[in-house]
Amino acid sequence: MKQDVTLLIDPLQFRHNIDIDGIEKPILIDMLRKMMVIRKAEEKIAQHVETGEIKCPCHLGIGQEAVGVAVGIAMRNTDRAFGAHRSHTHYLALNEDTYSLFAEVLGKFSGCSHGMGGSMHIIDNKNGFRGSVPIVGATIPIATGAGLAAKMDKTGDIAISYFGDGACEEGVLHESLNMASVMNLPVLYVCENNLFSSHLHIDLRQPSNTTARFADSHMIRNFTVDGNDVVGMYKLLLNEIGDMRNNSHPVYLEAFTYRWRGHVGHREDIDVGLKRGDELKLWKLRDPIQRLLNSMITEGIFTQDEFDQLSNSIQIKINNDWLLAESAAYPEKDFLLSTVYAKEL
Amino acid sequence: MSKKTTYADGILEGFEYLLKNHKEFFVIGQGLWSPWYVGSTMKDLDKKYGKERVIDCPVSELATTGATIGAAICGYRPLIVHPRVDFMLLAVDQIVTQAAKWRHMFGGNSSCPATFRAIINRAGEQGAQHSQSLHSWFAHIPGLKVVMPYSAKDARNLLISSVLSDDPVMFIEDRWLYEKEEEYTEIEIIDLNDVTPQRLQNGSDATVVGISYTSMLCEKVVQKFQNENVFCDMFDIRVLNPLNVDEIVKSVEKTGKLLVVDGDWASCGMAAEIITRVIEKIDLTKLKASPIRITLPDAPAPTSKILEEYYYITEFDIHTNIQKLVNSNL
Repeated sequence: MKQDVTLLIDPLQFRHNIDIDGIEKPILIDMLRKMMVIRKAEEKIAQHVETGEIKCPCHLGIGQEAVGVAVGIAMRNTDRAFGAHRSHTHYLALNEDTYSLFAEVLGKFSGCSHGMGGSMHIIDNKNGFRGSVPIVGATIPIATGAGLAAKMDKTGDIAISYFGDGACEEGVLHESLNMASVMNLPVLYVCENNLFSSHLHIDLRQPSNTTARFADSHMIRNFTVDGNDVVGMYKLLLNEIGDMRNNSHPVYLEAFTYRWRGHVGHREDIDVGLKRGDELKLWKLRDPIQRLLNSMITEGIFTQDEFDQLSNSIQIKINNDWLLAESAAYPEKDFLLSTVYAKEL
Repeated sequence: MSKKTTYADGILEGFEYLLKNHKEFFVIGQGLWSPWYVGSTMKDLDKKYGKERVIDCPVSELATTGATIGAAICGYRPLIVHPRVDFMLLAVDQIVTQAAKWRHMFGGNSSCPATFRAIINRAGEQGAQHSQSLHSWFAHIPGLKVVMPYSAKDARNLLISSVLSDDPVMFIEDRWLYEKEEEYTEIEIIDLNDVTPQRLQNGSDATVVGISYTSMLCEKVVQKFQNENVFCDMFDIRVLNPLNVDEIVKSVEKTGKLLVVDGDWASCGMAAEIITRVIEKIDLTKLKASPIRITLPDAPAPTSKILEEYYYITEFDIHTNIQKLVNSNL
């Protein structure tokens, strides 16, 4: 599936219902719930970034929920996913564990990285999320090595590398794609193309607005898709990941999407010093959550009332988790030196 | 008749041991299927242990180093070979900002037991970009262990210790030591955490400290002085980070004199670090002379042979400075 990129980047397109045919109701509800958990968790974090209670830089994924959820449901917990600076979505899609994320962004010991990582270094090995870091492109070769390890394990597991369109301007992407291609490594490269790196639009950074061209040049199977269609991506991935498990090779998925908040922080109106245009308003009409919900209501498998109930129960849990995280303990001072090496000096 | 071995043999034997005994070990790097870049240290390993575990790779230092780290995070104990330190610098983000911090920034919930094998391959008119060592740079980084062997025994045993360490390790060896011959000893499995500077010579006239190749120079000079009834305590550092100077401090308290010889630049270098740590810890009244460091001149490596002779540290430089220390008394 290679959808037309001129349509994919046009916020007036893809506002219609999505095709949910053939997907069982529990999976659709799972997708809806996960996307809602992510959105509400990110909104909670945004609120406390604004009050100053959260100090660490938070790169919010509101608007981009569908990508992590589609991948998260299509993968299994023995696969190895690696994220980047904007990875709350990838993490929550796998575990919905808002408490461990809140505690982490507050620097608390009960956070997923014991308060040593904050928003930008999160991990959940048990569910297959093997770490995220904010150096742009840094986990692309690491995920490639995880793919090499998976291939050596001969268990059919795959590696997943999440990155954005900005990371495609780093040389390491090309080194990694070349290596994965020539060594037939089972790595799923997931580029969330939200059209911006920090403040700068892709048109001002690259001669083309689609990064899948790099996969073409390394002879890697690749797809350009609507990143706000969770079901469409899920169907594609089920098929592709199945093939990767049986016949080790890389795949490159470029999912076009848009972030509703700035590059970093809580604001919608101003993004790293620049005033945002009207485009955001248009992109909000391509909301991945609303489109899935509308489709489910149209098909008669979910009602607005059920959705409101789901939404309320998620909000209650998030509010509780936040309060618990606020009252949790910080790491002890001696923890600083105790984790530098495997054995404390 | 006793069996002899060389530094290069030691490394090869270390690889053989790891490939034979540790399924989770593999090695990747440029040129491994035709390993003339690394002398005889990897001869025929691909033929004996297979190209799936002895992996030649594209000319991509950054991605291959990152991939080594990724495999280490996922349960392997890989080693990447960088036949020259200089080219490895293309991969510094992965070594310094990823591997060294991986455990700490996830609060101990992950680890990265990767080994980066780097080779110093200098002189021979190779010039500025084929001659660097830079071990001090790497020793600056918390979370990254730095190992530099001098003896053939250490080259083998500490290679094994580095790979079996649960931390990322920068293992730097020196081509100038490859032919160094010594008595063969059996393999010892040593926890890298237990490796400290090794005393190679005993004496109370001065304390002399070397690192890898400079330990060879120091040992030769210290042995020559013994014919003149001058006896020095001499140490080979072995593990540069985390650095343990406890025995060196005791030695300087005895001799009152310290010479550190380091085949790298002076500024912010290992020689400065060793001297500082000793000075911080000793009773200063026991110091009988200002400590001395011998390092490379603060210039990139030259190509011209004449300048190379001036650039690199010689036994004569060490001899002169030991003599100076022995003669001086504060």
